[in-house]
Amino acid sequence: MTWLNQLDPTWQFLLFSALKVGVAVVALLTLVAYTVILERRLAACIQDRIGPNRVGPLGLLQPLADGVKSFLKEDFVPGHVRKIYFWLAPALIMIPALLTLAVIPFGSRLGSQPLVIADLNVGILYTFGIVSLGVYGIVLAGYAANSKYPFLGGIRSTAQMISYEIAMGLAVIPVFMLAGDLNLSRIIDYQSHGLFSWLAFKLPVSFVLFGITAFAETNRTPFDMPEAENELAGGYNVEYGSMKFAMFFMAEYANMIAVSAMIVTLFLGGWTLPWFGLDRPAANLWVGLLQVGIFLGKVAAWVSFMIWTRWMLPRFRYDQLMKLGWERLIPVALANIVGIAVWLWMKS
Amino acid sequence: MSTEQHPYIFLAVFLAVAVVFPLIPIALAWLWAQTFSPAKPGPDKNSTYECGLVSRGEVWIRFRPEYYLYAILFLVFDVETIFLLPFAVAFLKLPVGACVAMMGFLLLLLEGLLWAWQKGVLHWK
Repeated sequence: MTWLNQLDPTWQFLLFSALKVGVAVVALLTLVAYTVILERRLAACIQDRIGPNRVGPLGLLQPLADGVKSFLKEDFVPGHVRKIYFWLAPALIMIPALLTLAVIPFGSRLGSQPLVIADLNVGILYTFGIVSLGVYGIVLAGYAANSKYPFLGGIRSTAQMISYEIAMGLAVIPVFMLAGDLNLSRIIDYQSHGLFSWLAFKLPVSFVLFGITAFAETNRTPFDMPEAENELAGGYNVEYGSMKFAMFFMAEYANMIAVSAMIVTLFLGGWTLPWFGLDRPAANLWVGLLQVGIFLGKVAAWVSFMIWTRWMLPRFRYDQLMKLGWERLIPVALANIVGIAVWLWMKS
Repeated sequence: MSTEQHPYIFLAVFLAVAVVFPLIPIALAWLWAQTFSPAKPGPDKNSTYECGLVSRGEVWIRFRPEYYLYAILFLVFDVETIFLLPFAVAFLKLPVGACVAMMGFLLLLLEGLLWAWQKGVLHWK
């Protein structure tokens, strides 16, 4: 590491910037590919099937085969679609998932560089802004297809995502009351004093609310109304094929990873572990890498939980979904804010 | 120059990457399709997909007005969340008066929610 520390700070900054963007994008792609495989294998286990195990050892090269296949498929555009939007929607849907990752600290530091792409002091505001953009890709896909199923899927999805976004926003407010900062790195610092300083333990109600809304925001079962394969046959992306469908597919998994990274950062201590001094910024390269590994491990655990839930629970009806969002989660979130405020006030 | 001082420069770079990144595979697939597998449209292939049934009536079906109501309610509560964030961050340093004022603000919004609830706007029929 000495040659790195001897470099000119500007060069060090540029080098690490390029490296961080490159690594983040490549890592996200790899994670997406293997989340898909994980989902298919886990689903197979749960349903007592074998699942994809033919391509490569244990089926590990399956994502590659899927990628090549979707690339070589006929790039078909149906006659009735609105062409420009039809092309735009699959491109647009990937952007928010990538941008959300920019403010997540995925490790303490390597050398003297912090392992976060952009250490914004308004971190979480930025994240919520970007997460809100996620709905545009789906709405645009529903509108562009000019067909009934995608249209219904798109409009359902909008109502669902905006409803649960409110509950999500309200659920995290107590986090900032305790931590007193919007910067995600500060929030991790706040959680680095032992296992029970993790906000999941300090604010269990917020954690549960945020966990539920995370499923709704990523359109995962039990909230997969936009897809609803037995009513809408896939919903907003039903008229898409080849690479454009693959983008929707990847975006779903990228969103899952992004939201899991948010949960890990906000509630599960980020890159810290309360043992062996792993909750302090890394002193050398190896500890730095280990902390990146810890972060990825926590994200993988939460992603597995989301997958497991999908194959365990049935889907909500639309009226149940709206009732849960507006008449249960939002009042509970408001009560939670007031409760935490009173508790903090009594304590100080 | 460090990331602490210029996080937004970095974010701009990342935005550019994020915009270009999904366009590359789509463009490549399009180029591939142009050269090696040109589209072969047909009347059935071009028609609306409805699980093999012939599509009946208008595509632009009427949808429930409840969707609009949810959108309007969303606007109110989304703004509320934005107002609550600075309050939450400064909470521990705030004087009592500010906290009471903020609780009043929360109660007003809760009243709005209860009103909508009681009107049956939140109930999906």
